[in-house]
Amino acid sequence: MSDNAGSNTAHLETILGCHDHDPGKLLQILREIQEQYGHISPDAITRIASQLAIPRARAESVASFYSFLHIKPDGAYRVLFSDNITDRMLGSEELMRRMCQQLWVEPGKVSEDGLVSINTTSCTGMCDQGPAMLVNGRAITRLTHQRVQEIGHLIRNRTPLADWPADFFRVDDNIRRKGLLLDNKLAPGDALRAALTLGAANIVEAIKASGLRGRGGAGFPTGLKWEACRNAAGITKHVVCNADEGEPGTFKDRVLLTSYADLVFEGMTLAALAVGAQQGYLYLRGEYRYLLEPLQAILQRRRDKNLLGEKILGQPEFDFDIAIHLGAGAYICGEESALIESLEGKRGVPRNRPPFPVTHGYMQQPTALDNVETFCQAALAIQMGAEKYKAIGTTKSTGSKLISVSGDCPRPGIYEYPFGVSVRDVLQDCGAANTRAVQISGPSGICIAEGEFGRKLGFEDLPTAGAFMVFDDSRDMFEVARNFVHFFAHESCGFCTPCRVGTSMLKQTMDKIAAGHGTSHDLNEVENLDRVLQTSSHCGLGRTACNPVLHTLKHFRPAYENRLKSLDFEPAFDLDGALARARQMTGRDDTGAHLNTEET
Amino acid sequence: MNDITHRPKKLKIATTSLAGCFGCHMSFLDIDERILPLLDLIEFDRSPITDIKHCGPCDIGLIEGGICNAENVHVLREFRRNCKILISIGACAVTGGLPAQRNHLDLGSCLTEVYLTEPGLAHGHIPNDPELPLPLDKVHPLHEVVKIDYFIPGCPPSGDAIWKFLTDLIAGKTPELGHGLIKYD
Repeated sequence: MSDNAGSNTAHLETILGCHDHDPGKLLQILREIQEQYGHISPDAITRIASQLAIPRARAESVASFYSFLHIKPDGAYRVLFSDNITDRMLGSEELMRRMCQQLWVEPGKVSEDGLVSINTTSCTGMCDQGPAMLVNGRAITRLTHQRVQEIGHLIRNRTPLADWPADFFRVDDNIRRKGLLLDNKLAPGDALRAALTLGAANIVEAIKASGLRGRGGAGFPTGLKWEACRNAAGITKHVVCNADEGEPGTFKDRVLLTSYADLVFEGMTLAALAVGAQQGYLYLRGEYRYLLEPLQAILQRRRDKNLLGEKILGQPEFDFDIAIHLGAGAYICGEESALIESLEGKRGVPRNRPPFPVTHGYMQQPTALDNVETFCQAALAIQMGAEKYKAIGTTKSTGSKLISVSGDCPRPGIYEYPFGVSVRDVLQDCGAANTRAVQISGPSGICIAEGEFGRKLGFEDLPTAGAFMVFDDSRDMFEVARNFVHFFAHESCGFCTPCRVGTSMLKQTMDKIAAGHGTSHDLNEVENLDRVLQTSSHCGLGRTACNPVLHTLKHFRPAYENRLKSLDFEPAFDLDGALARARQMTGRDDTGAHLNTEET
Repeated sequence: MNDITHRPKKLKIATTSLAGCFGCHMSFLDIDERILPLLDLIEFDRSPITDIKHCGPCDIGLIEGGICNAENVHVLREFRRNCKILISIGACAVTGGLPAQRNHLDLGSCLTEVYLTEPGLAHGHIPNDPELPLPLDKVHPLHEVVKIDYFIPGCPPSGDAIWKFLTDLIAGKTPELGHGLIKYD
């Protein structure tokens, strides 16, 4: 890391050159400059803007949008503790406090000598092996007091990250239960050959017949999506894989990209054949930066085997390749249209829909955008045939689903089940005991309590993107909801007022209740806020931001009520304390210089 | 026996200005001659119009201005105790408004700047007479200190908006400020 950050013109030129001075690659350019210099200086922003011939404001607005890009100098070592509720349950807050003490730094600030900064970040997708952190973008798992202390020493001695013990960076798959996907015996190219035998048009029909639905959570029928994309006007089409796995508690895509990447790319390639696309993109979340080189190696291997590139498997008209685009810490980019904006090098702000990506996606061209797991399932469905595939799962939710289990259970990890499995069965398999609640599909999903554990995972009952967070009877469900509410307030993209302001108001209300100032009026206000957010937010983030509170209020109302003051209304701040500064300045301490907080 | 026919009972209304400029009260007076029919329906309790110093039990309380000192808190609490419906009127009451611009400054340095550093006040000191209310470290909108039932935005809200809001309330309707009565520029 150099001190004259960003002023090294030659380096900057190399990075810009690698990206053909293409403004569409702005985010990738900024990411690389950040990796090189530790931050993106005002000077660098000016140069990038002039070299790319875009307004400076646009370059800065992108640089300031993403959590992992910094426009001010940060510590030479940037430590980010994953702040999902599962990390907290494993003691991450105490670990962070100790590390701050050890390194003499306040959370969120850079140490005096510029050596280190320590802060929190949204879930890093290591919930089954937490608590986790990122150091200069590299994931470190299984933190203990001892490990954190060792990291503190390494930082103080300015040991380069490359020389840290490799075991720190070990990320386990923790596959606990295999099904048709995780147990597949496909060799690279198998599904693609089956697809070529079918012919492009029949792939769409086969996927439709298989009943395959998107695995990102929404469950849109994949066949219909591909058909719409295939029929959309235009010659240039794209396939995009959404690997921006940001929903707290979800980590199945990480495992697929670690150990089943060939199947993901195979699915993308046959999607390209089906819709007639020439270019594919894998949008990889910044937290999984460490997967970039292994994935690129797999892409190269596939090119060498003629499974990517020109005239794939000798087919004269079949040209397709895949590029990897790295995100930079923005949950909202998991929303498909925000992802496309980000892919185009812009801020990740959701678009108005319709038009949908199938007709107006990347570069306003037809785009088939699916989840990592969906592409895997599509490859399997083509290989085994629609009829056989359809026989697995339930009528409206065919095939299998990967569940990311974390929280209070002895065996967290990845479990694959046919759709229709009950929550109780999953709890039993992972060894959970005394379970109080399960958060299905992350903070934006559903919180269910005992009594409901007979419910089934699937689009008929409990739709899920895969997160399955278990809370036992030692957990305070109010604090769980408060953690999720903070998450939404942090991740709101800020584009629409209801969400930007509403998620912050919700956070303030939850903090007020946590501080013991809450009243029943505040609980009513949460319900009013929910109405505003649901009816007027621009995208799903705002529409689901109140869910954690509403669901926990439904099942665990006493956890809230215990904290309320039994008054109609209470200020969120200490009124008498608000006079302290004036008392100090005037030297007064008479009765008029105090405010009784009991009076209402 | 309950009588279903609507028999207008004179409602009691109290008004006051806290950390405000009385602009909302001036705007209230912009209802002009409509104040006469209004007086058939209401009676003023504590208000700059009556100069009554403390309010008794009321139906409606109208407060302009935010909360900047201890006395504001006392007055606001008196209104909340006595008014069935409490209305926050105007930008300062709703958001803190112009006085809240001091919120990003430290109160101590504000007082030092005004009473000690600024030329012209030789041997000045920061006033400490117990008669004077102490300023709060920050200016707050009303709803951060007590529960508020309705909000009328605007700087100031127009006389027509205030008229519509009050007549709706008096008629027992949920007040609605339609087209033209709320402006966003």
